Amino acid sequence: MPLIAVRPAAVLAGSGFRRWSAYRQAAIAGIFVNTVFGVIKLSILLGVADSAGGRVGGYDEVGLSTYAWMSQALIAVVVLFSWTELADRVRTGDIAVDLARPVDLQLAWLAADIGRAAWALLSRGVVPILFGAAAFGFRVPRDPTAWLLLPVAVTLAVAVSFACRFLVNLSAFWIIEVRGPVTFYVLVSGLLGGHLIPVQLFPEWMQVLAYATPFPSMVQSPIDLVTGQAAGSEALLLVTVQLGWAVLLLGLGRLVLRRATRRLVVQGG
Amino acid sequence: MAEPTVTGAYAALVRSRVAAQASYRSSFAIDVAAQVLLAVVEFAEVYVVFHQVHSLGGFSFAEVTLMFALATTAFGLADGAVGHVDQLPHYVRTGQLDVFLLRPLSALGQLVSSDFALRRLGRVATSLVILVLALVAVDVDWSPERAALLLVTPLAGAVIFSSVFVAASAVAFWLVEGTEFANALTYGGSYLSSFPFTVFGSAIRRFFTFAVPAAFVAYLPALALLGRPDPLGMPGWLSWAGPVAACLSVAVSAVTWRTGLRRYVGAGS
Repeated sequence: MPLIAVRPAAVLAGSGFRRWSAYRQAAIAGIFVNTVFGVIKLSILLGVADSAGGRVGGYDEVGLSTYAWMSQALIAVVVLFSWTELADRVRTGDIAVDLARPVDLQLAWLAADIGRAAWALLSRGVVPILFGAAAFGFRVPRDPTAWLLLPVAVTLAVAVSFACRFLVNLSAFWIIEVRGPVTFYVLVSGLLGGHLIPVQLFPEWMQVLAYATPFPSMVQSPIDLVTGQAAGSEALLLVTVQLGWAVLLLGLGRLVLRRATRRLVVQGG
Repeated sequence: MAEPTVTGAYAALVRSRVAAQASYRSSFAIDVAAQVLLAVVEFAEVYVVFHQVHSLGGFSFAEVTLMFALATTAFGLADGAVGHVDQLPHYVRTGQLDVFLLRPLSALGQLVSSDFALRRLGRVATSLVILVLALVAVDVDWSPERAALLLVTPLAGAVIFSSVFVAASAVAFWLVEGTEFANALTYGGSYLSSFPFTVFGSAIRRFFTFAVPAAFVAYLPALALLGRPDPLGMPGWLSWAGPVAACLSVAVSAVTWRTGLRRYVGAGS
């Protein structure tokens, strides 16, 4: 028996897309903020390149601009801020309703998350890139492998991010207030994933540390395909690593969920 | 028995918030640790930048660290004291704001005191440690005026950021879903003021000096502490004008808040 049939998954993804597309004003506000932060981040990076004589960490000025706008575009797509929807349902007991549904809980949430990501990509993703390209320049990849792999890499980035958020949220089965763990996760994933500053600019010890975590697979990897930091077989390797993390973390999430539901007691009814 | 006073009412509100935070000791400890980590992660960006280059926008690692520490100390204080106002849309949507309006205390005062975030002290303490290290590393020609400037700067900066928080959050009176607009000015202003203004374009510089006075939080006072003229040619006395900028910010944010509150007609809930 399949874990989740294709049709329910598609319906869930579609509803995830429609649910988020209802918040137009919020999307416009989000686009504005991501764009302002993009300008600040890029100004700092261009200041670094200027001091370094034009190039830094293998990026020229257009490369840095491409990095900055891709990383801003991905914020909402891969959810680099705090997300506690699942933990909230655990705390309120609503999770019991989710567990009673005739679909696999984890994959149903994943499907809805992919629908949400698709809306985020079309709204909050595209506009900052267009603005950044017009105002500061953007390098479109010439490598055909990059074009082929990019949709896969972005989808896997969403899957890895979902798997991580799912695990962090599951801690709500054991502790009541998840704000602490969620804040830790957001800070560490943002830094080591290469959202604040490209991983290629890190000192070596920090690069080793970053690549020991799934976080670059959420942010830096899809960006590397676009900036050309990874091309050809390197690009294929990046996507394979992403796939590895997605499978590993989703599997771990299922294991933890099984243990968590065994200790779940929902009052009332 | 003494007559109940307004100050007494606020003192009771703040005391109850402090008691509430102290009663979940392990949650509170994790929250404080997360705030320490926040300051460390933010500083990591400065550290990574100076791993690549020896100067940014004409300033050394120690000099930029001084700006960073002044900015994050001020922002941490402001965020802890009034950062909660950015939850205004939630209070509008749930009707809680109407409850505040029925009580004989100011709505803003109640909103702010409903979450007096002691955990932010973790971030402020970390920023102060970084500030001391930066002051040891840079060469300051100490005088009574400079010592006074150093003491006043984080406080004036906290007042400036607090005003920005209040004014920007008041946007929610016009756009309930537009909270994120506020983030561009609050978190964006904090991000930008941690770096030398010389790396930013003139439009951003002007906006964050004259419209949102973020330049007065760290960059301008740091110039006076370091005894350096502004490479951008701003007059030297501006470095000492932080308290004036703080007073003007309070006036502007008070007017914005009152205008917003006066047009508030409830969310119909």
